[in-house]
Amino acid sequence: MRHDLPQPSVDDIQALIDGQLHLEGPLLPILHAIQEEFGHVPEAAIPLVAESLNLTRAEVHGVMSFYHDFREVPAGRHVVRICRAEACQSMGANVLAEETLAKLGLEWHGTTANGAVTIEPVYCLGLCACAPAAMVDGRVVGRVDAAKMDEIIAEAGA
Amino acid sequence: MKIYVPMDSAAKALGADAVAEAIRDEAEARGITAQIVRNGTRGMVWLEPLVEVETPEGRMAWGPMTPADAHRLFDAAEDDPKALGLTEELEWMRRQTRLTFARCGVIDPLSLEEYEAHGGLKGLRRALAMKGEEIVDEVKYSGLRGRGGAGFPTGIKWDTVRLAHADRKYIVCNADEGDSGTFADRMIMEGDPFSLIEGMAIAGLATGATHGFVYLRSEYPDAIAVMNAAVKIARDAGVLGGDVLGSGRAFDMEIRVGAGAYVCGEETSLLNSLEGKRGVVRAKPPLPALEGAFGKPTVVNNVISLATVPVIFEHGAQYYADFGLGRSKGTIPVQIAGNVARGGLFETAFGMPLGELVDDIAGGTATGRPVKAVQIGGPLGAYFPRSKFDTPFGYEEFDGQGGLIGHAGLVVFDDSADMLGMARFAMEFCAVESCGKCTPCRIGAVRGVETIDRIARGDADAAGLLTDLCETMKDGSLCALGGFTPYPVMSALTHFPDDFATSKEAAE
Ligand SMILES: Cc1cc2nc3c(=O)[nH]c(=O)nc-3n(C[C@H](O)[C@H](O)[C@H](O)COP(=O)(O)O)c2cc1C
Ligand code: FES
Repeated sequence: MRHDLPQPSVDDIQALIDGQLHLEGPLLPILHAIQEEFGHVPEAAIPLVAESLNLTRAEVHGVMSFYHDFREVPAGRHVVRICRAEACQSMGANVLAEETLAKLGLEWHGTTANGAVTIEPVYCLGLCACAPAAMVDGRVVGRVDAAKMDEIIAEAGA
Repeated sequence: MKIYVPMDSAAKALGADAVAEAIRDEAEARGITAQIVRNGTRGMVWLEPLVEVETPEGRMAWGPMTPADAHRLFDAAEDDPKALGLTEELEWMRRQTRLTFARCGVIDPLSLEEYEAHGGLKGLRRALAMKGEEIVDEVKYSGLRGRGGAGFPTGIKWDTVRLAHADRKYIVCNADEGDSGTFADRMIMEGDPFSLIEGMAIAGLATGATHGFVYLRSEYPDAIAVMNAAVKIARDAGVLGGDVLGSGRAFDMEIRVGAGAYVCGEETSLLNSLEGKRGVVRAKPPLPALEGAFGKPTVVNNVISLATVPVIFEHGAQYYADFGLGRSKGTIPVQIAGNVARGGLFETAFGMPLGELVDDIAGGTATGRPVKAVQIGGPLGAYFPRSKFDTPFGYEEFDGQGGLIGHAGLVVFDDSADMLGMARFAMEFCAVESCGKCTPCRIGAVRGVETIDRIARGDADAAGLLTDLCETMKDGSLCALGGFTPYPVMSALTHFPDDFATSKEAAE
């Protein structure tokens, strides 16, 4: 569990849901709001969301699992997303990704044992003219080479 | 002293924030009052962070800047290697026709005043004095075609929505921009967000839609922040809301964030996602124009299609249509990416040959090695070899060469590229991103990866199987994800047979 984030309570979750109910098609905004607050969409949220939107739990779960963004369990304290798409590949993204994963002893989506860093693949960050690209939490980084990646990883505390 | 430091995410990714801070510190240390404006990017990504200083002669460009270079702006030595001269005089700028991106990198993206001072809202004011049918006709005459990939005439789409009877209609902007090698949508949303807002408002007036959504991918947090801020500013200023510019007409809009699914760029999948469902593709018909968002008539247009509308209304349809080639009218923001010496966004009238863009404008590869292949139009676009470099940039012209322009991204590869690996990646990507609704895409892509692995192991029959499989995917898929994945795969196989053969021999 990310200890720097609050523990979800039913009231907190419901408040986040209620905050989006005025929207047309509120489900994605609700899931985003919950994940933004808790770093993941906790199991406890599913029945609350289902009830609020008059959906079955299976439907809510089905939507959640369709999208790459939503997590059922929290990520590490920092998420490093490495672009795997073509433009980044043309500038050596495959080697960069392989080396980074190997150094940390991780597979894609894995989190370091100390809980500091999760490595995720991403398919294009719109930084294709300064490839290879990565994103550290919400921060963009371009022309990432091995040295820059080491810096990123060290800063994140892996 | 007025200094511009871009806040575009490509500039930020190359250190623009630290440069801005260093310039502020340097100015302070020298006791100079410096006004630092965070603008969009001019699109010369290889020169980012590109800083501009306002002078009586015009804006002087400096780049690529690092924090340690901050002093240069103030010393302004005659022969400073980072002093590039007047921005407007740089070759990359002079050779462009900037219509859609005229303001991008020039103004403060969130200053509605500067937007208006540079021609903004003129188009909307003109449209407010026109009937819906006249607005649609203007778009038809301009020849504008969808910039999201399919190239469908925008005016005809709008007319279908205009003529539909419903209590509610929607304008949905497709800002899912998932194609590798593309960033035009991101650049304009971060650099000139009001142009998109204005274009959507004009679409609303044309069709009778009063509400708009921008479906913006979650991978673009900077663009999301700028767009949200811009919508609020526009609303507060009465550009959006119940009384658009005092006309008595209503149009408002909101930003919706995607959740990391490439297929949600496909318009019907996007609509499902917007409604809070799984982003699976819908069968057509019904067309979204008749039954789109929440079952109501809906315009779905790409960011660039919509952001180009104001310029058409500002200067007139004829002005726009006079640019271009054949049925590809107007300008196209070409995004040059990957292994290139000079990468960025280059807006030009349709018609420039591919080779000129790659060799001349982009200056060949970043690595200095020969160009081997260029993928045009994202992960569903074909790989072109050098022998196709005389193909002029246009919808029909690329189609005629077995390719597509898509969202106009070029990804350049040098001679170290492994085209079998790229073909495999195309299939793998399709398998990962398939919405699962149709079998040719869902299962075909998995089989495709396996078949390419067989080719790599030296299986002589596998190439024929791959060709058959691609035919099946092309003919039988519900949308262009499965339907177009054969483009990169077959173009790699056809134009770079050695990459498929050598691995075979190596295995034998
Ligand atoms: C798999 C797939 C992904 C797509 N992604 C996008 C996208 O990211 N942005 C976009 O504007 N169009 C995308 N399209 C095309 C849309 O379906 C649609 O044609 C377009 O949004 C219509 O707008 P336009 O007429 O202005 O181009 C995609 C299509 C497919 C099949
Ligand atoms: S392909 Fe990596 S940022 Fe676009």
